Amino acid sequence: MIPEQDAATSAPLELRGRGIVPGVVEAEALVTREAISGFGGIDVATGTVIEPRHELFGVCFTGKVLVFPGAKGSSGWSGYFQSTRLMGTAPAAMVFDVLTTKAVLGAIVTRVPTVVEATPDPVETIRTGDLVRVDGDAGVVTILRRARGLAG
Amino acid sequence: MLLTDEEKRMRDGAEGEAVAAAMDLLIRYGEALGAERLVETRNVAGTMTQPSPAKRKLFEEGGWARAYAVINLDCDRDIEIPRMRVPTCQLQHGFDEDAAGLTPYPAQSIELQRDAESFYSERGVNILATCTPYQVGNLPVRGEHCAWMESSAVVYCNSVLGARTNCEGGASTGAASLTGKIPYWGNHLPENRFATDLIRADVPIDSFQDWGMFGYYVGEIVQEARPAVIGSLAQPDLADLKHFGAATATSGGVELYHLPGITPEAPTLEAAFGGGRIPEPVPYGERERRRVYETLNAQGTSTDVDFILLGCPHASLDQLAEVAHLLEGRRIHADTELWVMTPRALRTMADRNGYTRIITEAGGRVLTDSCPAMSKAAPPGTRVFATDSAKQAHYLPAILGIEAWFGTLAECIDAALTGVWRGGLR
Repeated sequence: MIPEQDAATSAPLELRGRGIVPGVVEAEALVTREAISGFGGIDVATGTVIEPRHELFGVCFTGKVLVFPGAKGSSGWSGYFQSTRLMGTAPAAMVFDVLTTKAVLGAIVTRVPTVVEATPDPVETIRTGDLVRVDGDAGVVTILRRARGLAG
Repeated sequence: MLLTDEEKRMRDGAEGEAVAAAMDLLIRYGEALGAERLVETRNVAGTMTQPSPAKRKLFEEGGWARAYAVINLDCDRDIEIPRMRVPTCQLQHGFDEDAAGLTPYPAQSIELQRDAESFYSERGVNILATCTPYQVGNLPVRGEHCAWMESSAVVYCNSVLGARTNCEGGASTGAASLTGKIPYWGNHLPENRFATDLIRADVPIDSFQDWGMFGYYVGEIVQEARPAVIGSLAQPDLADLKHFGAATATSGGVELYHLPGITPEAPTLEAAFGGGRIPEPVPYGERERRRVYETLNAQGTSTDVDFILLGCPHASLDQLAEVAHLLEGRRIHADTELWVMTPRALRTMADRNGYTRIITEAGGRVLTDSCPAMSKAAPPGTRVFATDSAKQAHYLPAILGIEAWFGTLAECIDAALTGVWRGGLR
């Protein structure tokens, strides 16, 4: 079951983890249950996933809160996401679970608020299109508004 | 994270602004990982010279110092880049002049890279320009703490050599070069180096091709975990394990494996698991072998091959000798290109031994520094390529939108001579 706040009576749903890159941002979520690759996985010029068999193939993450399990693939991961920052195509924030050198360094050099190891599990709890706040100082992700037409 | 007095002095600027920026990045990185401290390293393999659109823009704004500050230190200040504090090498990068005009790869990128080489070599960076630094002058010893990038080199360093490195990135290696420090986390800790998974080969793993296919299977099964591998394994050589490790880090994210009785941290199966529980082995039999072969060969239909790519990871001297032997006195098909990628130092040896002459007289090329996947370029008009590398067969079709065949070296040479793919699983 997905924990669901009652819009009339309760506070927004909070996912508590550890903030690893500071800052606070509110944006729409883009959620995937599949690990993301840097080299051969994303196009930095357009901020899109280009791995042919990925469920986000062709989807743009620019300005979105990227919610994903973790990084896979080559050691160029951090460099590729750093390039999205330099090219103006970076995600607005990152939320991931599996701590690897690739993903952690990537979040730092992308310089976007990042929360890791949050509970309840972000990829199970947050849905694409939800408006979320990522607080990289406090290590909290808050679902502010559910995506239209997907709740219930 | 606990910092020594020396590290605090670096952070506070006693060694200059670049070192302070490097220490700041290492502290942010180490704390995000949850590392308790940093560890000393005197062996860094990173990347600085490879051209990219973002790097070109930074270079045009403020020279190589600006590019290094932003990309390799995550620092926006104008700082001088001093000499590297510890031995550092440049891994593979873009094509060099030997590949000029052979592909649509821009001549300006070759020039830009040449310029970067001057800047960084003046600061003590050894331009090894290969994904296999362990073949040409950077051979870590067992237990040595390293800060390496390049997944195929990382897995070789940890597994075959018994040195210790995580899969680092451009910024962490850049900071390690200027400080001689890297977070003491992950593969640096002895307790994180024991096997977690067990795979057993029930078919003989006794050829370069079989080591690659088996590695591709192992990576697919264990993903980021640490496999021990047993079964009918023939004694591998450097090229076999270079191929095997690269494949495990392609279909999965393996950074460390053990071959009990072969690799240095696993004298026995029990030692590979540190005396802990040994799981039931996952078998690799004829059916799995065929499935891997079919996966790697499911990326094309046309048997008209126009490009053969050998040397991924960069070819060893033995591999160059073998290619030369198979091509001696023959001539490759007029519509086919054949490249062997190798480190510059080994090409010098190949020149001296006559291998380069034999390969060139047959119509092939011995090239250095890069590969078609890194430089995102192949000979113009390439539609179908063939390779003996599981890694290149995996990546190149996605990167260049071309078809691929994967087979033995002999099958690749046959395709080069005839222009037709006639390979098959034996």
